[in-house]
Amino acid sequence: MNSLVEEALEWLYLREVERREEPESPETGRALEEALALALVERVGGGYRLTDPGRTAGRDVVRRHRLAECLLRNVVREEPEYLHEDACRFEHLFVHGLDEHICVLLGHPRKCPHGRPIPPGLCCERAVADEIKEITPLCDGRPGVNGTVVYLATRKRREIQKMMAMGIVPGAQIQLIQRSPSYVFQSGYSQFAIDRPLAAVIIVHWEIGRGRGYLAVAE
Amino acid sequence: MSVTRLLTKMAGSGCHVEDAGPGPTLPKVLVVGSPNVGKSLLFNRLTGRYVTVSNYPGTTVDVSRGVLKTADGRYEVVDTPGMYSLAPITDEERVSFSLLVQQEARAVIHVIDAKNIQRMLGLSLQLAEAGLPLIVALNMADEARGLGVRIDAAKLQETLGVPVVETVATTGRGIPELIGQISAVRPATRVLTNYGAALEEAVVSIVEILPGGNGISARTRALLLLQEEEEGLAWLRQNVELAKAERVLRLAGRARCALRHSVHYYAAIALKARVEKILADCATFPVARANGVRERLSRMLMRPVIGVPVLLAVLYAGLYKFVGSFGAGVLVDFLQETVFSGYITPPVTRFVEAVIPWPMLQELFVGEYGIVTLGIRYAVAIILPIVSTFFIAFSILEDSGYLPRMAMLIDRAFKKIGLTGRAVIPMVLGFGCDTMATMVTRTLETRREKIILTLLLALTIPCSAQIGVILGLLQGRPAALLTWAGFMVVVFVAAGGLLSRVLPGEGPSFYMELPPLRVPSFGNVAIKTYTRVVWYFKEVFPLFILASLFIWVGRFTGLFDLLIKGMTPLVNWIGLPDQASTAFLFGFFRRDYGAAGLYDLQKSGALNGNQLTVAVITITLFLPCVAQFLIMKKERGMKMTLLMSGAIFVLAFSGGFAANTLLNLLGITL
Repeated sequence: MNSLVEEALEWLYLREVERREEPESPETGRALEEALALALVERVGGGYRLTDPGRTAGRDVVRRHRLAECLLRNVVREEPEYLHEDACRFEHLFVHGLDEHICVLLGHPRKCPHGRPIPPGLCCERAVADEIKEITPLCDGRPGVNGTVVYLATRKRREIQKMMAMGIVPGAQIQLIQRSPSYVFQSGYSQFAIDRPLAAVIIVHWEIGRGRGYLAVAE
Repeated sequence: MSVTRLLTKMAGSGCHVEDAGPGPTLPKVLVVGSPNVGKSLLFNRLTGRYVTVSNYPGTTVDVSRGVLKTADGRYEVVDTPGMYSLAPITDEERVSFSLLVQQEARAVIHVIDAKNIQRMLGLSLQLAEAGLPLIVALNMADEARGLGVRIDAAKLQETLGVPVVETVATTGRGIPELIGQISAVRPATRVLTNYGAALEEAVVSIVEILPGGNGISARTRALLLLQEEEEGLAWLRQNVELAKAERVLRLAGRARCALRHSVHYYAAIALKARVEKILADCATFPVARANGVRERLSRMLMRPVIGVPVLLAVLYAGLYKFVGSFGAGVLVDFLQETVFSGYITPPVTRFVEAVIPWPMLQELFVGEYGIVTLGIRYAVAIILPIVSTFFIAFSILEDSGYLPRMAMLIDRAFKKIGLTGRAVIPMVLGFGCDTMATMVTRTLETRREKIILTLLLALTIPCSAQIGVILGLLQGRPAALLTWAGFMVVVFVAAGGLLSRVLPGEGPSFYMELPPLRVPSFGNVAIKTYTRVVWYFKEVFPLFILASLFIWVGRFTGLFDLLIKGMTPLVNWIGLPDQASTAFLFGFFRRDYGAAGLYDLQKSGALNGNQLTVAVITITLFLPCVAQFLIMKKERGMKMTLLMSGAIFVLAFSGGFAANTLLNLLGITL
């Protein structure tokens, strides 16, 4: 399936599933012909309609597109006007389970920056079922689990300085020891106690269930 | 160094003094580093002096100085309060920072806890970048080795371009090598960290404008300006002409705008990346972490279910049993009854009466309020045993590493009164000596917290001397004791709650390192107790003598009677007999002194249970002593201190009045 087919499926998915428009086909391109050959679409009257596998594939493209938008906006902080255009290119790169990994990294977002829903993937369902979020603030972590600090969600100078004092900078290894009455964690060979407001700004990527995402890539 | 040697050494000098001797001309050696890495111990090793060493961060609130004699000369060694980075947050850190920036140091020793080198080497990089004559001391090298951390010091030295020495301050290993480096060390020249294109560009353009000069490097100056560090800005105002300074600030401002995060954030990330890269070549760290008995015990203590009962047990056994019953009971009785009444007072009285013919002058020494019979007796027979036992208990707690665990347990509750768990350490110390505790409020982060704690200490925390006397006074009246304690808790919570609501400023935020639990060493506990008692005695003893003198003068000039008359309506207002005025007047000198004055009243049966309780409550609420007033003035300023003292005076009597009224209304007889 090349990217043109993917674009076509995406276009059809948005029309059919999200906007619930009637099948209609302005032009018959090579992409649609190819999709037809792959039994991803079928002809209905003058237009095309997604088959079941086609709908799944289309949904997948939409998901990747919106995840790409989240990635570009939330992590790379791209300006909104280029988001859509760049996401269109990115969406074709998220293959071999990469979308799942990015979904995990972003904490299973439900909406894209424009506010449209992101179709949930398997990883999202699993995360909801296990109540596991692999990326959470320290205060929502589970005691005994190791993780890596990915981000400090604060711009307050004093808070950043305290984090530095404790060795908490992006990339630092951390283990949550307990959550109550204060948050206690291990950083290097030292332990620190902090209160909830500080624990809420340390965003940690926990090592739980990590294998699943990474193994899919390895295969 | 043996305990006895230290004791003899200290006998003359005492401790906690700002300075004792070395002139300003000696070349300086600064000892810097994070809290709790053994700076003070290293300082002691270098100078042969003693400053208090504790197993928790933030003990060194004063800058200690001492002299180091080496083969090639004498140096003034300066022990600085703990600092984590070149960007200070607390006052302690600011002190260290200023010393680094302003003093032309011959050498700067950065003390690192070797096992935590990953966290601490960043400051070394900053210090090297600042062009300071840096020596890195990998301290606690034995502990790191025990954990399996291996550091190739020679390779690290090569990479950093500054001397790196492994030391064990507790045993003295590596100290001669460290001393050997001091005379040879040169300002560091290597710039090791790249802060990323945006910052680097800004640094380069600012450095071009800044004048070359002495002290720290232009690169560090530029970074400080980019971080809007007060110290850096002040320097800019003083040393750079206005037009240039404005250009610098504009450049810095523009650079900051282009960044998504604060400069500190990027600097921290860059430093960490650099440290990791360096350590990848120079050190190995074991994967498995020690998880022994000590760690399990530590975790148990941090769970409220176990931690809170332990806390209560510690308070009961340490404070009530050891200090209250043993110190204030057994020891005081022995010193009062056996030593003073038996061996000291009678012969001294006989001697004075034989030598001095005038009864008036006799009174000064051996009368009811005489220097020997009242001043010295109170100081030696009542205060000394109580304070000593308290400091023994406190030193043990301190060295065990228990106090920070107590702080983390109590943090949430303390937030309600505008403080963090951090405040628990000065507060517990306050049960020993409020004056000392007021000094330690420096370890708190914001001015708001310091004000709240200073007032709470002065108003509600009775010091050990006072607790001792009060326990004695209320002996056999558990209901009265409970009422007093309950009343104090209510005032404490109410005053703290009110202040935290009224005072402007951001709420406090809590973070604290939890050092490993250790078995306290007998030597260190003994030395600490000794130095604290000496400090306390130096502060207090003259006041006692002075008080006796004042009272004597007052009595003969009639001023005393006048004051007592003035006090009488106030004292009557809270339901006490006229005689209690005398005790309250003493209370102005020291609150335990006043409480002790109540002793005699109680003995003569002039006070009933209710009156005793009310009197004790009022006296506890009083400002502890003159020394406390002076320290408050030093720490908080005259205006704030007068304001607080006035409020405390009013609150003390209104508290007494409220207690008396309440007891009467409810018809309670204690």
